[in-house]
Amino acid sequence: MNTEPNTSPESPIVSPSIAPVVPATRPFYWSVRREVWENRSLYLGPLIVAGFVLLGLLVQLSGLSERRRAALLLDPVKARHAIEMPYDAAIGMLVVAAFIIGAFYCLDALYGERRERSILFWKSLPVSDLTTVLAKVTIPLVVLPLVCMPISICLHLIWLLLSSIALSIGEVSPATTFAHVNFFQLWIAMVYSSVAVALWHAPIYAWLLLVSGWARRATFLWAVLPFVAIGIFERVAFSTTYVTKFVQYRLIGWFFHAAVTPSKDAGVEPLSVLTPGRFLSTPGLWLGLIFAAACLFAAVRLRRYRGPV
Amino acid sequence: MACIEARGLRKAYDTTIALDSVNLRVEEGRILGLIGPNGAGKTTALNAILGLTDYQGELRVLGRDPWTERDQLMRDVCFIADVAVLPRWMRVSQMVNYVAGVHPRFDRAKAEGFLAKTTIKRSSKVRHLSKGMVAQLHLALVMAIDAKLLVLDEPTLGLDILFRKQFYDSLLNDYFDRTRTIVVTTHQVDEIQDVLTDLMFIDRGRIALECSMEEFDARYLEVMVNPEQLAAARALNPINERPVFGRSVLLFDQADRQQLAALGEVRRPSIADLFVAVLGNKAGDVPGAAR
Repeated sequence: MNTEPNTSPESPIVSPSIAPVVPATRPFYWSVRREVWENRSLYLGPLIVAGFVLLGLLVQLSGLSERRRAALLLDPVKARHAIEMPYDAAIGMLVVAAFIIGAFYCLDALYGERRERSILFWKSLPVSDLTTVLAKVTIPLVVLPLVCMPISICLHLIWLLLSSIALSIGEVSPATTFAHVNFFQLWIAMVYSSVAVALWHAPIYAWLLLVSGWARRATFLWAVLPFVAIGIFERVAFSTTYVTKFVQYRLIGWFFHAAVTPSKDAGVEPLSVLTPGRFLSTPGLWLGLIFAAACLFAAVRLRRYRGPV
Repeated sequence: MACIEARGLRKAYDTTIALDSVNLRVEEGRILGLIGPNGAGKTTALNAILGLTDYQGELRVLGRDPWTERDQLMRDVCFIADVAVLPRWMRVSQMVNYVAGVHPRFDRAKAEGFLAKTTIKRSSKVRHLSKGMVAQLHLALVMAIDAKLLVLDEPTLGLDILFRKQFYDSLLNDYFDRTRTIVVTTHQVDEIQDVLTDLMFIDRGRIALECSMEEFDARYLEVMVNPEQLAAARALNPINERPVFGRSVLLFDQADRQQLAALGEVRRPSIADLFVAVLGNKAGDVPGAAR
């Protein structure tokens, strides 16, 4: 293909019939951007959650210096936990928010375009079904964590500032925060947890995307009801709870594989409790990723057959 | 190479046959009107051409298989399904940015030029535009794409007559250049009579009539017959007869113009009248379906 159309005098006549070379990443980039345009909840949601976390922290400000004095008398591990707690809570709340927002996003991602018939417009453009589905799954796996992490860091800095002021007023040295909280390690741990939880939840997102591309209505029911129904059946018929436990494991199992419960022996720094080796060697992670890939493949194929509902 | 070539194109939904072994060939540079009653298979045919539905039989559009190569094909094909498909949440500026981002043949300056002629605000969301403005926006986007084939499925549905006229005017003046191909379906057939170069009637999944507009003009004549000459006129085998203000208008296929002139006022029939003549008669075997 002629990439330099102006090298010869005849080329202006020839060039209209040759499509300019477009890197495959360009439609992908714009597809991701359009998802963010459409779903303002992707950034408004985490911001609202952050606002509530901040409100909770403001309440904590009263009596902070007394609690800090008491915490400093504890052993180092407990002291660190007491002082680090608001910072961990901010990360935790935003990870949960990202999951909920991502799940609802996925449920609507391939259904909304069929419901409002705009799928006919999207399909009239040279963007493949593969690019579209990959752009959509990028939202919960990449975009939401990238939105939530800076918000967490902002919350940390705001709390650091406010608590330092409150401590100074209560005549406790703000430096006690730095003595117990290693921010660099905390943020590395946050990035690690965000990646781990996104990978662990990838099959959930992929399943929701598949259902949203398949169902003609009531995507939420189609996505959730089968597991509830099988769980109840199992409970009644065999008095066992394997299905319920399986769902639970998929929701929160990452936590037990990605980190150990802090103890005196495990040390006190945030990084010391992380176990990436163990996480990466968990069969549940890889089985989940294989399931996610299968769901995405099915969703890509399905979108070709799907028109407006 | 023909722009669209179909052989034995067939598509069946559960019990109904939407397309029944259709053979079709559309050459480059034509404006084809695909006319048919509701449920005749027009949209199915267009969907097959656009890679939106699977089918049996052979179909090549610009040398590609639309079903397996839709994304590649859409570099050279544009379509306007009807005015309701633009995403309602999107802003006009986002729409232009997005199409510019994903479409290698989109000319942003051209689109901005077309939009500048309208009253559409760049910051408006599609949901806040009137139906006519949405059609203008879609047309501005599509006309800025250097495509080889443009498919219009009821593009002016629900628009008032001014917008409809404007729509086809700008299509002809600012877009069509005799190398592009346009396929259009509409129920407002008479409005596009002078736009088309080719005509195709489709009924119950089959092609009922296929001709160029030159053939149309050469073959079909309509005569408003004086009452006293009605018997003589009927003897010439008209394909249709309808009463107008107490007189009869007879439609003839391949009749002698001189001979007809003796019977009354001879004129060019409208596509709608021919449509009724060709499909109204055929529908006779379905009770209550005629006209």
